Amino acid sequence: MMDFVNFHLIPGVVLGSIYALGAIGVTLTFGILRFANFAHGETMTLGAYLTLTLVLLTGWHALLFLPVALALTALLVLAMDRMFFRPLRHAPSIILVIASFGLMLMVRSLVQVIWGTELQGFSKGITLPWVLFDSLRVFPKHVVILTAAIALMVAVHVLLRHTRTGKAMRAMSDSPELARLTGIDTERVVRATWIVGAGLAAAAGIFLAYDSHVETLMGFKMLLPVFASALLGGLGRPYGAMAGGLVIGVVEELSTYAWIGSEPLLPPGYKAGVAFAIMVAILIWRPSGLFRGRVF
Amino acid sequence: MAAERPVLVLDRVTGGYGGAEIIHEISIILGRGEIVTLIGPNGAGKSSVMNAVLGTLVIGGGRILLHGEDITGTPPERVVRRGVSYVPQTANVFPNLTVNENLEMGAYVRTDDFRPRMDEMYELFAPLAGRRRSPAGTLSGGQRQMVAIAKALMVEPDILLLDEPTAGLSPRFREEIFAVVEDVNARGTPILMVEQNARQALGIADRGYVLVDGRNRTDGTGAGLLADPEVGAMFLGGGTAEPAPAPSPGAPIGTPAGTARGEARAGRRDPDARPPSAPGARRR
Repeated sequence: MMDFVNFHLIPGVVLGSIYALGAIGVTLTFGILRFANFAHGETMTLGAYLTLTLVLLTGWHALLFLPVALALTALLVLAMDRMFFRPLRHAPSIILVIASFGLMLMVRSLVQVIWGTELQGFSKGITLPWVLFDSLRVFPKHVVILTAAIALMVAVHVLLRHTRTGKAMRAMSDSPELARLTGIDTERVVRATWIVGAGLAAAAGIFLAYDSHVETLMGFKMLLPVFASALLGGLGRPYGAMAGGLVIGVVEELSTYAWIGSEPLLPPGYKAGVAFAIMVAILIWRPSGLFRGRVF
Repeated sequence: MAAERPVLVLDRVTGGYGGAEIIHEISIILGRGEIVTLIGPNGAGKSSVMNAVLGTLVIGGGRILLHGEDITGTPPERVVRRGVSYVPQTANVFPNLTVNENLEMGAYVRTDDFRPRMDEMYELFAPLAGRRRSPAGTLSGGQRQMVAIAKALMVEPDILLLDEPTAGLSPRFREEIFAVVEDVNARGTPILMVEQNARQALGIADRGYVLVDGRNRTDGTGAGLLADPEVGAMFLGGGTAEPAPAPSPGAPIGTPAGTARGEARAGRRDPDARPPSAPGARRR
C-alpha cells in the first residue's frame, strides 16, 4: 500500500503539477492567439538550460535562479513572437501551427549546438527522502516542486480574476474581434499571454530537470502529455489545464502500479502512451474537454 | 445655432471589403443630441456604414468626419479611443466574463476611476444590478443586450453606434431596449442606429435615412419618414400612413429637426426630468 503512495501517487501528483504548468501556457496561447503552439515544449527546454548555465557559472542552487530564468525565457519568447508570429498575426491558424513547428525544430537544434546533446544535471549525488510515520517517504525536492507549482497556479488565478490585464486576456479569449472593438490593446494582451505562458513553461522545464535531469529532448517529450492535459481540461480553459495536467500525471504514474498480481499493469516504458490514449479518447468522445473548452 | 457642428459626418463615402464595393457615395449626418436611424432592406449596406465609421471597411472614396476631424480609415481601437462606442448585432458581450467584468472591459481605455459610471449603468439598467457576478453568457437575450449597451457606454462616448439592438428579442424586450435607447439619448449621447424594426425605430428617431443597394434613397425626420407613403409601402409593411406633412429633406440636417417631437424631446433633456431607473421601473 505504501509503495502505491510513495512510488506512484506522490510522483504522479508532482509530475501532474509540472504538466499543469506547461498546459496553462498551451491553453492560453490557444485561447488568445488561436493556434496550437508546438514550440511550447522547447520553451520548457530553454528554461531548463538557461538555469543549468547559471548553475554551472555560479555553483548556486538551481531554484535560486527561478525568477531570473523565468524572466529570461519570457524575453526570448517575446523576441520569437516578434520575429515569427507577429508577422502572421492575421494569418489562418494552420499557418501559425506550421510556423510554430518550424520554430520548435530551430530552437531544439540551437539548444543542441549550444549546450550539446548529453544528459546533464543541476546537482550531483542523490538526496535521501524524509521518512514520515515509518513508511511514508517524501523527497524534499517533490515538496519544493509541488509548493512552487501551486504558488504559480495561485498567481495565475489572481492574474486572470483580479487584474485588468488578466481580465482582458479572458475577454480576448472569448472574442478577439469584440476585444478590438472595445478598445482593448490586443497586442499588449498578446505580450502578456506570451510572458505568462513562457514563464510557466520555463518553470515546468526547471522543475522537471530538478526532479531528474536536463536533456535536449525533454521539452519535446513533454509536448504530448502537455497537449493532452490542455485538451482534457478544454482548450482555452486555464483551470481545465490545471486539472487536466494533474489527471494525466497521476494516471501515467498509476498505470505502472501492480494493480493485478505483482507485475506493473503497464511496463514503465509505455507510460507516455497513456497521455496519448487519453488524448485520443477525449478527441473522440468529448472534444470540448472537462471544462467545455473550444472545439476546432 | 444652425451653424452648430455635427458630431459625425459621412461625406459621399464609398467602400467595401476588398474588391466589391458595398456602399456608394453614402452621406449621413449625426447632429448633437440626435437619434438617427438607418433603415432599408437586407444588404442595403446599413451595417457597412457602421463598419466604415469604425475603420473595418475598406474606404474607396469620401470622408468621415468626427467633430470635424477626418477619421477616414482609422483602425477600430483608435476610433474607440476617440469617443465612438459600437455595439455589434451579435457576439457583443464577453460570455465568460461576469456582467461586472464586461463593464470593466468597456472602460478599458479609461485611466480614471470609472466606478461612478458603473453605478450609473446599474441604475440605468436596473435588471442587471442583481446579476453583477453572473457570467454574461448566462443572461437572457434582452439582458445580454443591456450588458452590451452598458459596456459600450462605460467610456461615456461622444457617439453610440447600435447595430440592430433589438434583433431576435421578444416584443417586450424590444420595447425595453428602445426605451433604454431613448433614455441614453436623453442624457445627451447622440445615437446612430441600424434597425430592422423600422417603425419603432423611426418612432424614437429624430431623423432617418433610407438606404437601398448601398446608396442614399431618401431621408427625413422620423415622423416624416413614418408618414411617407412610399417608405411605408416599401419598408414598414403597408402604406397606410396618412399624407405626410412635407418631410422637408432640405432642412438643415445636423440640427434636431423642429418637429413637435423634437421639441418634446428637448423638453426632457434634463436628466432630472426622468428617474434613472426607468427601464427597471417599466418592467414592474
